[in-house]
Amino acid sequence: MTPFRIHIGRVAPLDRPNVDTDQIIPKQFLKRIERTGFGEFLFYDWRYTANGEPDRSFVLNANEYRGATILVAGKNFGCGSSREHAPWALLDYGFRTIIAPSYADIFANNCMKNGIVPVVLSEAEVEELFRRTSDGRGYQLTVDLERRTVEDDQGFSASFVIDDFHRHCLMEGLDDIALTEQYEPQIAAYEARRATWRDSH
Amino acid sequence: MSRTLFDKLWSDHVVCEPPGEPALLYIDLHLVHEVTSPQAFDGLRAAGRRVRRPDLTVATADHNVPTTDRSLPITDEIAARQIAALRRNCADFIIPFYDLDSAEQGIVHVIGPELGLTQPGMTIVCGDSHTSTHGAFGALAFGIGTSEVEHVLATQCLPQQKPRTMDIHIDGELPESVTAKDLALAIIGQVGTDGATGHVIEYTGEAVRALSMEGRMTLCNMSIEAGARAGMVAPDETTFSYLEGRRFAPRNTAKAADWDDALAYWRTLTTDAGARYDRVVEIDVRALAPYVSWGTSPGHVVPVTGSVPNPSDTATESDRRATERMLDYMGLEPGTRIEDIPVTRVFIGSCTNARIEDLRAAANVVRGYRINPSVHAMVVPGSQTVKRAAEAEGLDRIFIEAGFDWREAGCSMCLGMNPDILQPGERCASTSNRNFEGRQGRGGRTHLVSPIMAAAAAIAGHFTDVRTWEFK
Repeated sequence: MTPFRIHIGRVAPLDRPNVDTDQIIPKQFLKRIERTGFGEFLFYDWRYTANGEPDRSFVLNANEYRGATILVAGKNFGCGSSREHAPWALLDYGFRTIIAPSYADIFANNCMKNGIVPVVLSEAEVEELFRRTSDGRGYQLTVDLERRTVEDDQGFSASFVIDDFHRHCLMEGLDDIALTEQYEPQIAAYEARRATWRDSH
Repeated sequence: MSRTLFDKLWSDHVVCEPPGEPALLYIDLHLVHEVTSPQAFDGLRAAGRRVRRPDLTVATADHNVPTTDRSLPITDEIAARQIAALRRNCADFIIPFYDLDSAEQGIVHVIGPELGLTQPGMTIVCGDSHTSTHGAFGALAFGIGTSEVEHVLATQCLPQQKPRTMDIHIDGELPESVTAKDLALAIIGQVGTDGATGHVIEYTGEAVRALSMEGRMTLCNMSIEAGARAGMVAPDETTFSYLEGRRFAPRNTAKAADWDDALAYWRTLTTDAGARYDRVVEIDVRALAPYVSWGTSPGHVVPVTGSVPNPSDTATESDRRATERMLDYMGLEPGTRIEDIPVTRVFIGSCTNARIEDLRAAANVVRGYRINPSVHAMVVPGSQTVKRAAEAEGLDRIFIEAGFDWREAGCSMCLGMNPDILQPGERCASTSNRNFEGRQGRGGRTHLVSPIMAAAAAIAGHFTDVRTWEFK
């Protein structure tokens, strides 16, 4: 996983609450058995019309948001299905961080396993970002994970909360399976004291 | 010190709590299916890791499987490739696999309980958000992503931040023809789709105690739609009698009193008097009506006697825009009476509502009627076991004679990964759990209801209050 320290990028606004993972990556694209190649299907039903043409009214199809790497969205982003294909699709499309007032638990977890930072800002701050992004002039933000801040060069500055452990993993790009494997003696000891009837299946 | 059911389950599974890191939690049962696992197995291979406890891992194919004749090859090549990958992965890593031709194949959250794999006091995970279903047994059961699937395969553990607790206390007796599904929809409507985010819900109160195991599964299943990490019900005699004698449930033998030992432990799995939850929500169900969703999020529900809301009645500008967008997608006018909304499709199935009691209740409504000529209706049993039981009772004949399709087991139209999908603009009364845009097919319009409400809608051709149904 790619380490994340400071990211400067173009911002795309998705001003909708409760964007579910079915929207982020519709089910017909979940049959791939690889982790890659999902980006072209990101927000598929919103990006493309029923006959497969790009839908010009959808924000990611607008020229000024082309190449965006930071997505600003409404509350409860990533609700619904646990599909990790959602962060895979966001990452493959180019997003390195999302900014929203809140996330569904499983989605936020899945993001951090893939080097995407789910930044939580207040509803008022997110509203302000929607406002600043909508001028269509390639609005950019700097997300600094080390300092836990989000800033632009026009006076916007906000700080966010992320626990030390996840911040450390994201900054170092750590494989957390290897971390757990360090506790092999404790796992073996737990298994030794586990009731035998639990293994009856 | 007084502890909640959750506190007990949590502390019983903490392997270690390294300073500055999340607790490492041991996982008793890992359920695996074809859609969220292939990349996890590839990850294991790439890192040269094995599956630590294949004996605590169980797999089946459910999400993308066709529900038509199982003797025919799968026509969707990509779906077939995904199922073949699971078959190969289970063979390579020696994981029990209930394949398409297995007599026990079915939706992972239906077969776990059915086989007695799901037991009180367990930690259960699966790469599927509706893993919360298993909480009905007093287990801590939650959905995980594919990276976590790989983590559990490799280590049988998961690093977890301790969630907060929430008591949803449900008083009163459910009125006739008002079901666990209506209760779940009413709760989500009340707390909101993110109302329980970061929390594990415990459902308590006399209405919960009165529910059958299947009703409790329906209730816990939809905890995720309120944003909860998990939902659970403390085990009781209803739980124990459901489990006794099931294939993988503990049993007494000449060598060990496993059932007795398990039962003694399970009886300790209640919230102590005086234990505190982080949040408490109280609901009285004495006046509860059947619920119908009108929007594209499971919290957008009204009683069947109600009407489609007006966007101008919403609290904020953002809510107004979201409501307008939903009504536009759903093709609904504000103020339309729910009972005046016609349906052209009916789906009875999914991990929420495809167990034998669901099918019995729906068949009871359908018996002696024909479905409305403008409706295409299907019943997809949750497992092959449910299907056989239904057929033994003659439920299949009731559905077929009424004009329903009677299908093979799988997730089917709940998420439309197989050929069972809605066409653009089609309106469906569905017993599933999500009414998201496009969930059941691009442009499809889903209304979430109970099995008996779905059955009544199939016959009437529109939503109708099943409390006034004339049973034949």
